[in-house]
Amino acid sequence: MRMPLSARIGLFFTAVYFGAAIFAPWIAPYGMAEIVGDVWEPISADHLLGTDSIGRDLLTRMIYGGRTTIFIATMATIISFVTGSVLGFLAATLGGWADQALSRFVDLIMSIPTLIFALVLLSVMPVDVPVLILVMGLLDATRVYRLSRAVAVDINVMDYVEAARLRGEGRAWVIFREILPNALSPLVAEMGLRFIFMVLFVSTLSFLGLGVQPPEADWGGIVKENKDGIIYGIPAALVPAFAIATLAISVNLVADWVLNRTTSLKGGRG
Amino acid sequence: MSAPLLHVKDLQIGATIYPTDGPPKQIEIVKSVSFTLQKGKVLGLIGESGAGKSTIGLSAMAYGRGGVEITGGQVLLDGQDLLQKSPRGLRSVRGAQVTYVAQSAAASFNPARKIMDQVTEAAILQGKFTPAEARARAVRLFEKLGLPDPQNIGNRYPHQVSGGQLQRCMTALALCPEPDLVIFDEPTTALDVTTQIDVLVAIKAAIADTGVAALYITHDLAVVAQVSDDIMVLRMGEMVEYGPTDQIINNPQQDYTRALVSVRSIAHDEKPPSDDPILRMENITARYKGTQFDVLHDVSVDIAPGQTLAVVGESGSGKSTLARVLTGLLPARGGQITFDGETLSPDLAGRSRENLRELQMIYQMADVAMNPRQTVETIIGRPLEFYFGLRGRAKRDRVVELLDQIEMGSGFLDRYPAELSGGQKQRVCIARALAAKPKLIICDEVTSALDPLVADGILKLLLDLQARENVAYMFITHDLATVRAIADSIAVMYQGRLIRYGGKTQVLSPPFDDYTDLLLSSVPEMRLGWLEDVIANRRMESAGN
Repeated sequence: MRMPLSARIGLFFTAVYFGAAIFAPWIAPYGMAEIVGDVWEPISADHLLGTDSIGRDLLTRMIYGGRTTIFIATMATIISFVTGSVLGFLAATLGGWADQALSRFVDLIMSIPTLIFALVLLSVMPVDVPVLILVMGLLDATRVYRLSRAVAVDINVMDYVEAARLRGEGRAWVIFREILPNALSPLVAEMGLRFIFMVLFVSTLSFLGLGVQPPEADWGGIVKENKDGIIYGIPAALVPAFAIATLAISVNLVADWVLNRTTSLKGGRG
Repeated sequence: MSAPLLHVKDLQIGATIYPTDGPPKQIEIVKSVSFTLQKGKVLGLIGESGAGKSTIGLSAMAYGRGGVEITGGQVLLDGQDLLQKSPRGLRSVRGAQVTYVAQSAAASFNPARKIMDQVTEAAILQGKFTPAEARARAVRLFEKLGLPDPQNIGNRYPHQVSGGQLQRCMTALALCPEPDLVIFDEPTTALDVTTQIDVLVAIKAAIADTGVAALYITHDLAVVAQVSDDIMVLRMGEMVEYGPTDQIINNPQQDYTRALVSVRSIAHDEKPPSDDPILRMENITARYKGTQFDVLHDVSVDIAPGQTLAVVGESGSGKSTLARVLTGLLPARGGQITFDGETLSPDLAGRSRENLRELQMIYQMADVAMNPRQTVETIIGRPLEFYFGLRGRAKRDRVVELLDQIEMGSGFLDRYPAELSGGQKQRVCIARALAAKPKLIICDEVTSALDPLVADGILKLLLDLQARENVAYMFITHDLATVRAIADSIAVMYQGRLIRYGGKTQVLSPPFDDYTDLLLSSVPEMRLGWLEDVIANRRMESAGN
């Protein structure tokens, strides 16, 4: 199948962002925390995006910031999908008492606003990257749990799952071979969306000062550092906002395309 | 003869398909079909699924369902070409001059509105009647269609009447605006035979009384023979044969029509009963979790090795529940199952892998009985791997062997279920069951979702395999023609009880109990006047009582 234009555009920009994140030390023109100029210098040949609130090169900060943001968001998404979907499928196949216990526990967590819950947790724990990833991933796993449980409950009553049970298959086969392949499409669609929420979440936390700690750069932090410039007409704070928006759109274009491919895959359920 | 009410000339219908590999393609669904229909006459459109019969039926309303497009020809209703009409013009025709009765009334009625509102809606909207007149007409139609309590039934919601009654309500809905033409799209296919006969009688009487013309779409030739004046046989979008009902039934000209008329010609002689059954179910009682009544009462049946027990009954009779009890999905409350000499645990978790292997199941809907994300090789190969530990080359060879047994061949190894036809899917399910080398296979309505000719092929295959592998079948069905074709013994079930049980010839010969008599006499026969004979007989009997 030919790749549609929208997917190519999405893939191109996603690749650019991820490429920049991976190869940051080699493509960044300056050092990450290196002060190379005046405060809020305008765009010039030396500083393609100008400089920031204390004279660091903004492009360099953006590249390193993207690296941190994308890394944290990716890891948190993986954690949330692995725990959320495995628990969701387990609840759906076990049913009854186990399902009730898990689902009500998840409801309980979800009844607390995520941001506030995260702020509380992070204020009592040491704020470093692994803790950040774990907190974000586990809090978000509740959403994935609900989706995957709902999808799996539907699949669980299909005749082919019953046929597998009658054959005597164990739970692992039922979950990973019968349910998972058929639940993949909605999960992939959700994953695109969840990744972007993660980017926004980590940026929000950093903006509030509980995420990535300076001098490490991340997109939320860059907004925070440069927010005062807006009053003087300095656009530095808008650059990370623009990056978040374009990353969000391009990741979702790719997710849409993957979704189309997997749903057309031999008539599986949508 | 006056000008016909409906004249379809050279109708061509196409659709665009979007294959995954390659550019979109135009395909022809209906190729140049023509027919005429006089006022007050009924034309039966018959064919297998995919023959284009529903598509042609809907074209009489100038409607193409889901991406289907009418690409050529004329549909003249009362001399006016519907295909030339504007959407506004069509709106004044649909629901007024032409109405439609869908296959599943349960899915077509809006569950949130009362029946009366829905029955009278079109007539009022089209300005044919005032609301009061429409309601009066609806009550008259309810009466004519033999619905109970015609004055008040309209105040009920769709879920408050039975399936057969709802189908008759739908007929009332279609007849309410006094249309010139009604399209019946498989109106009795989803009903039990005993219900089907009531609906058929009602539809036939209503057509005769109102003088409306009708297109009757079905895949069941025996049904269409009862109601139509002319029959058109369709296959793959082309007309095969078109003529008066009498000629099509008694003197078909084309091979395909002959095959349809003579379908279910399998003869199977009853095997002698054996003293040493492979399966013995004794005094089985079962109820669903959280309910207070038994769905199975004291049911006892035996199956001899290599023989077929047919379990017959209408929906709700408990025949599928019996299968669930046997598989262990629904543990019995009382009674005992002895399988191959040992007592079987009532509950799935308590059964050994060997028990599970020897007892396999084939489902009604082959589409959902196979994982859509697995290839045929995985589907058939998994039991081999699971029960016998076969891997790699040995597994593949055995899968090919099984594919040969179901007359499909190794070309299908890498196909996904969606790439198979309905009959092929069911064959793959049979192969999956066979792969376990079972002693007993439960066949739950395995042919009822298939076209008659395809179903015939599946039954022949099952009989062949039985002869070769000496496997026993518990065959659950509501179709008595199937039972005649394959059973050795028969169990008739009604409301969770076994009401008649024994060898095939014994069960199917008189004297009958009332229910078996009703069931047997309700199976449509492929001859003209059958419906009238049955009704006359029943009247006589009730008069005699």
